[in-house]
Amino acid sequence: MIAAAPAKAPHGAGAAALALDDITCVFAAKSGSGRYTAVANTSLTVAPGEFVSVVGPTGCGKSTLLNVAAGLLAPSSGRALIGGEPLSGVNARAGYMFQAEALMPWRNALRNVTAGLEFRGVPQAEAMRRAREWLTRVGLAGFEDRYPHQLSGGMRKRVALAQMLILDPQILLMDEPFSALDVQTRQLMENELLELWSANRKSVLFITHDLEEAIALSDRVVVLSAGPATRPIGEFPIDLPRPRDVAEIRLSPRFVELHEAIWHVLKSEVLKGYAQGKR
Amino acid sequence: MRRASADGRPSRSALALWHVAILALVFVVWYGLTTPGLVDEAYASKIAFFFGRPLQVVVVVWNWFASGKIYPHLAITLWETVLAFAAGSVLGLAVGLWLALTPTASAIAEPYITALNAMPRVILAPIFAVWFGLGVLSKVALGVTLVFFIVFFNVYQGVKEVSPVVLANAQMLGASRRQLLRSIYLPSATSWVFSSLHTSVGMAFVGAVVGEYLGSAKGVGYLILQAEGVFDINTVIAGIVVLTVFALLLDFAVTKIEARLLVWRPRASQTETL
Repeated sequence: MIAAAPAKAPHGAGAAALALDDITCVFAAKSGSGRYTAVANTSLTVAPGEFVSVVGPTGCGKSTLLNVAAGLLAPSSGRALIGGEPLSGVNARAGYMFQAEALMPWRNALRNVTAGLEFRGVPQAEAMRRAREWLTRVGLAGFEDRYPHQLSGGMRKRVALAQMLILDPQILLMDEPFSALDVQTRQLMENELLELWSANRKSVLFITHDLEEAIALSDRVVVLSAGPATRPIGEFPIDLPRPRDVAEIRLSPRFVELHEAIWHVLKSEVLKGYAQGKR
Repeated sequence: MRRASADGRPSRSALALWHVAILALVFVVWYGLTTPGLVDEAYASKIAFFFGRPLQVVVVVWNWFASGKIYPHLAITLWETVLAFAAGSVLGLAVGLWLALTPTASAIAEPYITALNAMPRVILAPIFAVWFGLGVLSKVALGVTLVFFIVFFNVYQGVKEVSPVVLANAQMLGASRRQLLRSIYLPSATSWVFSSLHTSVGMAFVGAVVGEYLGSAKGVGYLILQAEGVFDINTVIAGIVVLTVFALLLDFAVTKIEARLLVWRPRASQTETL
């Protein structure tokens, strides 16, 4: 690890809520017969209750990594361990919040939130009751009957959050969930996420290309190199005090220090990624 | 498609006035050209032979409804339409789902589907008459062949266009393959079926009437066929008018049903009309 501050006490694979062990993902290239290595020899752990953010240039294979952790994508080599056990099939202990719209457009907010419980065979009345509670918790009481297209972008994200959290997953996988929101809504959502998270500490793997968001939210920030063959090139524990307000914390001197240190590592990768994008 | 009235579109009442005026104009011209006093008598009766006389058409329609003679025929035609629509939709939905979810089967079936779709299927009516007789069944069979392909292609498209993110999300929420079918593929596919409702109901109606016209003992198509046999052009046109009015009513009903079932849709989808 180049230029990385000493990481937190190392977690054994058995103790980690989520451990990616030497993951490599190779895809057939879209054009020609070549192959494209999205992620190479990447190891990453998330301790129970830890909030880890992964930052990297756009298109560096961050989502690939998350899909491996979710069990939606089998890695070409390496393995994913959940609570020390190898993952096979979809990760049932994880909740996934997608970057794109993932709500079922033909279900209203309430029925979107009950979906996971329905799949698990929870009785309808019970599912409805719990979904109402969750919608209230994410500030959407009174919007139960609205369909996704009748909700704002921020509201849809809240529904998605409730949809994920109602199943009480041990691990939250979040793929740039707030990137489509405007800055104000985004900060509100970030604060709400932190509040929900601190009430019931789950392990979080949060993907973003926004370094400020990563620092403001996380216990630890992992920097990925530009693709192809993305791998972690730096790891920074974030020792900012909690509870945090994401808007205020950005002004603290320690935040600025951390930002500078991480940006130092990230900058050259972003430039590399940008140069590749131009080609 | 729909523009605000701000950019030069006439207002609602003005539009209604235009609609009525055009209809009235057609009737006036029609009446004028077929009435002996207004044009030369020889011409008038010649034109009337081909186009009928509007007042006599009205009288025929009036008598049909006043005497109640039309009701059993209308009932048969509508019943055939409903049956053809229901059977064609269910078949199209089932086959569409099956082929869309099993790539091998769809690859094998593809050339046949294309061929059957390209074929002018109305030509099957004589065969259906032989197979199913002159009753309701042969008309339903014809309607089904017409409706099936519309629904089939829409369902196929609907399944193919399910958002991969919505699908992955449902998987992460713990949906089994069966639950994916019920909660994701089926609603997505049915929404496409509903968006093709206008076309498929129209096609079911076409199947019923054409079937009747080609050989039947009952139905509005049969009435038209009988009248045509004795060159009673007024009755033929009366039949066409009645069919048109009922096609409009059916379409109106479909619009209402669609609005109810597709509340979750951001906006009314565009549908092709016949």
